[in-house]
Amino acid sequence: MPKTRIPAVGSEGWFTEDGEGPALLGTRCTTCGTVFFPKAGFFCRNPDCDGSDFEEVRLSRRGTVWSYTDARYQPPPPFVSASDPYQPFAIAAVQLADENMVVLGQVASGFGLDDLRVGAEVELVVEPLFEDDESVQVIWKWKPTDGGRR
Amino acid sequence: MSGDVFVLGVGMTPWGKWGRNFAEYGVEAAREALSDAGVAWRDIQFVAGGETVRNGYPGYVAGATVAQALGWNGARVSSSYAACASGATALAAARAQILAGFCDVALVVGADTTPKGFLAPTSGERPDDPDWLRFRLLGATNPTYFALYARRRMDLYGATPSDFARVKVKNSRHGAENPRARYRKAVTDEEVLASPVVADPLHLLDICATSDGGAAVVLCSEAYARRTGAQVRVRAVSTVTPQFPNTVIEMPNFATDSAAALAPPTLSFRDSIAAAAYEEAGLGPEDLSLAEVYDLSTALELDWYENIGLCKAGEAERLARDGDTALGGRGVTVNPSGGLACFGEAVPAQALAQVCEVTWQLRGQAGARQVADARVGITANQGLFGHGSSVILSR
Repeated sequence: MPKTRIPAVGSEGWFTEDGEGPALLGTRCTTCGTVFFPKAGFFCRNPDCDGSDFEEVRLSRRGTVWSYTDARYQPPPPFVSASDPYQPFAIAAVQLADENMVVLGQVASGFGLDDLRVGAEVELVVEPLFEDDESVQVIWKWKPTDGGRR
Repeated sequence: MSGDVFVLGVGMTPWGKWGRNFAEYGVEAAREALSDAGVAWRDIQFVAGGETVRNGYPGYVAGATVAQALGWNGARVSSSYAACASGATALAAARAQILAGFCDVALVVGADTTPKGFLAPTSGERPDDPDWLRFRLLGATNPTYFALYARRRMDLYGATPSDFARVKVKNSRHGAENPRARYRKAVTDEEVLASPVVADPLHLLDICATSDGGAAVVLCSEAYARRTGAQVRVRAVSTVTPQFPNTVIEMPNFATDSAAALAPPTLSFRDSIAAAAYEEAGLGPEDLSLAEVYDLSTALELDWYENIGLCKAGEAERLARDGDTALGGRGVTVNPSGGLACFGEAVPAQALAQVCEVTWQLRGQAGARQVADARVGITANQGLFGHGSSVILSR
């Protein structure tokens, strides 16, 4: 039986892979317009706003690299390595222009430090984070748009 | 404010990795601080503990755990947790008790026993905890965030790995003169650059270790200080939080706040930490003799130069290159203790260890690492989940 594809435990509702393509899902305060990711659900965190109603919004699929790094050594639990032996991966902090915020994510598989530079454009993809016996747990990642090579 | 609060005594264990019960380090530091203060434990009226979250229930009630280990004396007690800023938060609690007139003399103590390797979140399946989630969903360790800041300096200001290594070389020279430091070998920039990369662009020797240790401070009222001759004055304790929207990515978050609807504050969070302390003290960076800043990484020490106003944004590399922040340099000496580079981090003790060093410096007791004619010192630090920590002392 094929494994089911599910959002990584803890990220349920944080992103979508529907017909419009992959996107992060945040919320927007209907009172002041501030966007939150991960979603704010109870009270607006703008200290000048007493709003408590939110609408779900899809965040911009493309952004620019604010900074980046990699993980040369296997992070401790609850990190689960996708491979054995562990393979280093890159992490990018990405500036989204419309939302005026920075969102972290692993960099898409097959891409590394050499494919990244500050200011470069990346787009959101959804890829496996790791597999267990029953499922493939997926997560959002940032993929360089120009094929990456400098 | 009705008078100042004074530092009457300080105490600190050596830093290392022994795996002993954290309370032992706390008691050792507390006894030294009491002895330094010339105050009997029975006379302490208030105990403020910095908590540790890696040592079970006794760690959560650290103030009481150390008080019990010293022998219950009936003192009132509090315990504070603010991650790396816990010591400053505990200090703030004790200072407030004294300023409010509830007590004259208080003991502040923090101690920790840390595991080997990366600091990791509490175990178990806890997907409602952002600290757990960042490890599971991103594999983002603490050095991940340090490296993002470091890379940013390279892009914005043209910093190089050699600039970062220079900070380690400086701190290692300072720490070599500090008998309480864990790492006392002077290192070269070649050694830093030859150490393995942990999180590009940071090498192993750019990143601080995790350590065991304990630090303690005895605080007293101005009236009490007058009777004892204590000279070191607490001019400010800043424990500020960020202002929304915080536009710099912070541990353990997945994203910054959005500045789409509300403009960011004039000062970044890290800038605001020292700014609040300067405002409270009525002092500025031009008054400083020394600073103990939180060099979780070498690159982060450069950020702090700017955050505490030693130079403008983008000028920190030049300060380090010119040797201004080294002992004997032209400028404000930074991390004469050797900093985290030579100590490693013992989370709830670290902000207090900074206060111990500034106190020794202001008293002229720092031996071979003494900053000449030290009059004013600042500490600066930031705890995960939005905790600022900055203390200004003067003599």
